[in-house]
Amino acid sequence: MKRTTLAAMALFTLSATSAFAESVISITDAKAFETAPSALAGGGFMQITNTGTTDDRLVSVEADFPRVEIHTTEFTDGVARMMHIDGIDVPAGETVTLEPGALHVMFMGLQGDPLEEGETVPATLIFEQAGEVPVVFNIVKRDMAAHNH
Amino acid sequence: MKAVIFGTTTLAAAAAIGLYVWQSQPTTLCGDTAVAGSAIGGPFELVSETGETVTDADVITKPTLVYFGYTFCPDVCPLDSARNAQAAYMLADQGIDIGTVFISIDPQRDTTQVVGEFTDNFHEDMIGLTGTPEQVKAASEAYKTYYRAVEGDPEYYLVDHSTQTYLMFPETGFKTFFRRDTTAEQIAETTACFIDELS
Repeated sequence: MKRTTLAAMALFTLSATSAFAESVISITDAKAFETAPSALAGGGFMQITNTGTTDDRLVSVEADFPRVEIHTTEFTDGVARMMHIDGIDVPAGETVTLEPGALHVMFMGLQGDPLEEGETVPATLIFEQAGEVPVVFNIVKRDMAAHNH
Repeated sequence: MKAVIFGTTTLAAAAAIGLYVWQSQPTTLCGDTAVAGSAIGGPFELVSETGETVTDADVITKPTLVYFGYTFCPDVCPLDSARNAQAAYMLADQGIDIGTVFISIDPQRDTTQVVGEFTDNFHEDMIGLTGTPEQVKAASEAYKTYYRAVEGDPEYYLVDHSTQTYLMFPETGFKTFFRRDTTAEQIAETTACFIDELS
């Protein structure tokens, strides 16, 4: 009994210590644009903020689609090259933005079930340090003025 | 990563042409991306949203913005297509009628229905074209665009592709091209200028 208490106390101390230097992730403005009825893929965008004291890294995204990947787009001489990447670093104290034309979450295999305005895409972000972080992507109409920055 | 080159136009060639176009700019009243010459564009034969075989003459019946992309592209292609559509809407507000065309460089997945629905998302009059791999390759070569499907995934493969938008006129062909950082306002302004110049 005593031993159990000690073990529990030790565990508590350990977790309290690790919580001291941790990654605290918050997600804002998670959204995906509506797609055409026959679209096969859609993109998810958001801001990831790490208010903790430890660098973190988004390593995968889980959602109810045949495949979900983290992508980035690079441009060379006017050629767009979209690439699957292993993760996105989110350093302590910083905000990383996934936005059109750069980093995005790609939801693949929508066949027959397009992303429609007003619906949501529940997903789970998996971070190296923070672990699972639930997020809900709101499906919005593409803002036609968004290109004019 | 191994890749299949569908077009004979290699990235290097596309870049060289881009450089040629860039360096051969004459002074023009209509913006600094203007170029002269007939090297870009020309006849093509593709398949329309309704499944009919169409030629460049059927499609480019007025000043038209032409873009090559693919619909399995949730990011760049919708962004550029939305911008081109927006430029068309802006010009329409000024009483100027232009066309917008989206040519798929992914004919394997982009059926006529898929490109039709994709383009309707941006502008009711945007024309979506696809075709056989040979037709698409020929059109891409005529416009000196580059595309390359990344091999390895039969279903969810990605395609690298050029992102410039061409301003084409029915009689006189190629007028200029717009890079993807060009805004809808700039496209509308430059297009209006070319239309003005020729009227």
